[in-house]
Amino acid sequence: MPTQTDSHPATNFREVLQPSPFQTRIDEQCLVQEWMSWNGYKTARVFDTLASEYFAVRSTCSVMDLTPMEKYRITGPDAMAFLNRLVTRDISALKPRRVTYVIWCNDEGKVLDDGTIFHLSEGDYRLCSQHHQLDWLLLSSLGFDVNIEQETHNIAALAVQGPTSCSVLTAAGVTGVERLKPFDIGYSTLNGIDVMVSRTGFTGDLGYEVWADPTKALAVWDAIFAVKEQGLFDIRPIGLGALDMVRIEAGFIMPGDDFNTAETAVRADRDRSPFELGLAWLVSFKKPYFTGKKALLAESKMLTGRRLVRLSVEGNKTPTDAFLYDSKGGSRIGTIKSCVWSPILKMNVSLADVEFVKGKPPENIWAEIYYQKELEWRATWAKCTMSTKPFWSHPRSSITPPNKF
Amino acid sequence: MKNYDAIIIGAGHNGLTNAAFLAKAGLDVVVLEKNDYIGGATASLELHQDWKYSNCSYVCSLFRPEIYQSLDLGRHGLEVVPLQGSVTFKQDGDYLGSYHQPTVWRREVARHSKRDADAAIRFDADLMKWCRLIRGFLLRTPPDPASFKIRDAMEFAYLLKRFYSLSESQIYEFIRFFTMSIAEYLEQYFESDVILAHFSGGSIIGTGLGVYSPGTAYVLLHHAMGDVDGNVGSWGFARGGMGSVSAAIGSAFKSYGGNIRTNAEVQNIIVKGRKATGVMLASGEQIYAKAVVSNLDAKRTFLSLMDANDIPADLVKRAENFKIRGSSGKVNIALDGMPEFPALPKGSPLTLGHMHFTDTLERLERAYDDWKDDRWSQDPYVDMVIPTQYDPTMAPPGKHMMSVFVQYCPVEADGGWTDAKRDAFGAAVIDQIADYSPNFKDLILHAEIRTPRELEAEVGLTEGNIFQGELTLDQLMFNRPFPGYAQYRGPVKNMYMCSSSNHPGGGVMGAPGANSAREILRDLGKPNTTPEDFGDD
Repeated sequence: MPTQTDSHPATNFREVLQPSPFQTRIDEQCLVQEWMSWNGYKTARVFDTLASEYFAVRSTCSVMDLTPMEKYRITGPDAMAFLNRLVTRDISALKPRRVTYVIWCNDEGKVLDDGTIFHLSEGDYRLCSQHHQLDWLLLSSLGFDVNIEQETHNIAALAVQGPTSCSVLTAAGVTGVERLKPFDIGYSTLNGIDVMVSRTGFTGDLGYEVWADPTKALAVWDAIFAVKEQGLFDIRPIGLGALDMVRIEAGFIMPGDDFNTAETAVRADRDRSPFELGLAWLVSFKKPYFTGKKALLAESKMLTGRRLVRLSVEGNKTPTDAFLYDSKGGSRIGTIKSCVWSPILKMNVSLADVEFVKGKPPENIWAEIYYQKELEWRATWAKCTMSTKPFWSHPRSSITPPNKF
Repeated sequence: MKNYDAIIIGAGHNGLTNAAFLAKAGLDVVVLEKNDYIGGATASLELHQDWKYSNCSYVCSLFRPEIYQSLDLGRHGLEVVPLQGSVTFKQDGDYLGSYHQPTVWRREVARHSKRDADAAIRFDADLMKWCRLIRGFLLRTPPDPASFKIRDAMEFAYLLKRFYSLSESQIYEFIRFFTMSIAEYLEQYFESDVILAHFSGGSIIGTGLGVYSPGTAYVLLHHAMGDVDGNVGSWGFARGGMGSVSAAIGSAFKSYGGNIRTNAEVQNIIVKGRKATGVMLASGEQIYAKAVVSNLDAKRTFLSLMDANDIPADLVKRAENFKIRGSSGKVNIALDGMPEFPALPKGSPLTLGHMHFTDTLERLERAYDDWKDDRWSQDPYVDMVIPTQYDPTMAPPGKHMMSVFVQYCPVEADGGWTDAKRDAFGAAVIDQIADYSPNFKDLILHAEIRTPRELEAEVGLTEGNIFQGELTLDQLMFNRPFPGYAQYRGPVKNMYMCSSSNHPGGGVMGAPGANSAREILRDLGKPNTTPEDFGDD
C-alpha cells in the first residue's frame, strides 16, 4: 500500500490564506482583523482606520508588508539580454544598484503585467511583478542562458513610505539612506541584520523598500517600530485599502483592476496594449527585438481607439463603477476602473477606460454616478476632466537628500 | 382508438424534457418506457435495501439551467448541490488535491510544479474561451451548412459571427483544440505527470478514445462547459441521486397533463405512406399520434425501431456506421461506513469530490490499450464519488453509497461476456480502490457491477455508450447524428429524434430534448415553450 512521502509535506488545507513572515506582528497590530488575499497571502485591508493609514503615508511614516509581491531572481550570462527581450523598455543601460519600472507583452503586443527590475549586482536581477509570471518567464527564456527562480517567499520585504521615512530608517540605524536617489539600491544593516534598501514604492511619496531574509523578518519589523517606541516618530502599519488610495492619487495603474492582463482575458477585446494604457513611454522601438514589438510597431502607426486615462470627477459623489458618456445622457464612451476620494485634493480621482475618436480624447466626459442614502439609490451626473499628470505629486518625493526631521 | 398529439419513445431525461415542453404547449403527449422505472440512464434505484444508487449517470453539471428554470424543476423537487474538488492519488503515496479553495489549490499545484501553478492560469483562461463559444450553441438547432433556406443561412451566419468574435490567434487555437488529443493539448501547458493525468480524465470518460487520440481535447470541453449556478466547469450532486432529475422533469410533465406509461416497450414505429403514424408496442398494442419522437440512440432508432424499407438506404448505412462504441463500466457500492484513505491528512476535504487513482498519461493510455484488445483495463481509470457525504437521502446515517465510473470496459470481452467475467471486472476495480483504502473491502455490503453488456440490456444504450454516440467532430453539431438529419427531424414525416445522439450530444443536459421540442412545435404551428439560452455576453 502506498504511504505518504516525507519529501513533499502536504498542503495545509486549513490555511486558506498563507501567512507572511511578518504575520505575527501583523496579527498583533491589526485591530479590525479585516483580511484580503494578496497572491494567496493573508493581507490586512485595514489595520485601524483607512484615514489614519492614508495620512501615515502622506504626513508621517507608513509600513506595509510587501512579501506577497511576486519576486523572481534572474541570473546567468544572458540575464540582461533575456530581460531586454522580455520587457518593452530598453534596460540595457540599467546599472547595478538601480531599479526601473517595466511592462511586458505577449506576441500580440498586449500587456501581461507590470513590475520593476532590480539590478542587484552585475548580472544579478530581481523582477517584481503584480501577478504570477513563472510560466511566462520560463516560456520566454527559450534560447537564453539564464536561471529563473521564484523567490516570493524567500525574501521578506517592507515598504516604509511617507515624508519621515528617511528619518525613521536613519533613526533605526540604517546608514546611507539619505544618499539614495529615486530608484537607487543600497546595502546596509538594521539591528545587525543585513538589509537591502531601495528608494522605490507605490505611493508617489518619499519612500523606501527594505528587503531581508525572512527568518529575520520580525527583527526587522521590530527595529523599525522601535523608533516609534522611542517616541521619535509616528509609524503606522497600513493595509491594502490605504495603498489603493495613494496609488490612484499618484496615477499608478494596477493590472487586474484597471485592465485585464492578457493571460487572463477571455473575451477577444478585453486585453490592452501599452498604448491603450497610456504607457507608450515605456516602449522602445530602438532597442533589439522584444516580445510584442512587431504588433506594437503596427499599432503605433494607427490611431488609438481607447485609452486608460486619469479623470478627476466634480462633486463629492464617488464614481464607483460609473459609466462615462460624451454628454449628460449622451452616448456611452467608457467606464471608471478605479476611483477614490482624495483627502488631500478634496476631489474624486479615478482611472477610466475611455473610447477615443480618431486618436483624440472625447471633448466632454460625464459620469453617471449611482449612490445610496439610507438604502435609497440616487443617480447624478458629474463632469470629468482628464489629467495628463499624476493627480498628486510633491517635490519631497524626489529630492535627495530628503527633508530631515 | 386514442390518437395522441405526440408519442415519445423512452423516458430518459431527454425524452421527458421533450415531452414536458410539448405538453406545456398544450399537446396531448404520452411517454412510453420499456422499464418499470423512468429516467433511463438518469435513475436512482434501490438495489440494496435502504440504499439508493445513481446507478448510471452520477453527477450533474451540463443540465441546462434554462430548462431547469422554465420547467420549474426546483418546485418539482430537484436540488443540485455543488460538489467540492477532486483528488488524484499517486502510486508513490502522494496525491494531487484539487481543493475547492483556489488559493489552496494553487499551492497544491505548486507543490508538484511551481511552473504548472502559473500555467494553470493560462489554461483556465483558454478553456473558458472555448466554453463561452460552445455554450452559446447548446440550446440552438444546428444550421445545415449546405442548405439555402433563409433560416439555415441565418443560423449559420450566427455561428460564424460567434466564431469570429474570437481573436485571430484564438481562431487558430480553437481549430487545433477541436482536433488535438488531450495529452498534446495539456502538454502545451503542464509538465507534471500527475497534473497532466489529473486534467486528462475528463477527456476520455465515455469515449472509445485514449488520451493520445486526436479529438479527445474536445471531450474535456464537453465535461467543462456545464455549470452549477454560473460556476462554469463545476459539478453537482442531485439530492436523492440522478433519478431526482428525471423525477422532477416527469413531475413537471405530468403537471402539464402528460401521461407516462412504464413497462411499455415500443417494438417499432408505424410508417404509412412515408408518414409516421404511431408505434407498435412489444405487447402488440398500437398507439397513434400526430408526431412520433424517438429518444433512443440513432442506431436503435434507425436500425431497430424503423423498417429499412421505410428509410433511405444511405441513412441505413450511416446508422450502421454510426460510432457508438461502448467503453465504460460502472460499479455501484453500498458501504457500511466511510472508507479511509491514509494518504490524505486527517479531516481532508478531498473525499468530498471526484477521486482518481491514475497518476500518469502512460497509465491512462495503457488502460486504453487493454480496451482495444477487448479486455477491461487491468489498471483502469476511475471517477469515484461518495455523494452520501452530502446527501442524507441515499443511505442510512453513517453509511455510504459509492459510485465508481470505470474507463475502459469493452463491449465484447474477449470471447464474450459472462457473469463471471463481469464479476472479475468488478473485482479489478475494487482491488484498485483497496490499494489506496485498506478498510474499503471490509465495508462493502453490496455491489452492482455494470459492463457495457448490462448498460445496453438494462438501460437501452447501444453498446453501453453513455453519450449515445462518440463526441468526435464528425459526429458533432450539424454532423450529429448524420449530415442532413441534425435538426431533430427523421427521414419520414411526423417522425423526430430527441436523444443524446443529436446535437449537442450526451451527458445529462436536456438540450437535445428541448431543441427537438422546439422543432416539433414549429412544425405543428404551436407556440414555442422552450427557453432561449440565458446568453453569456
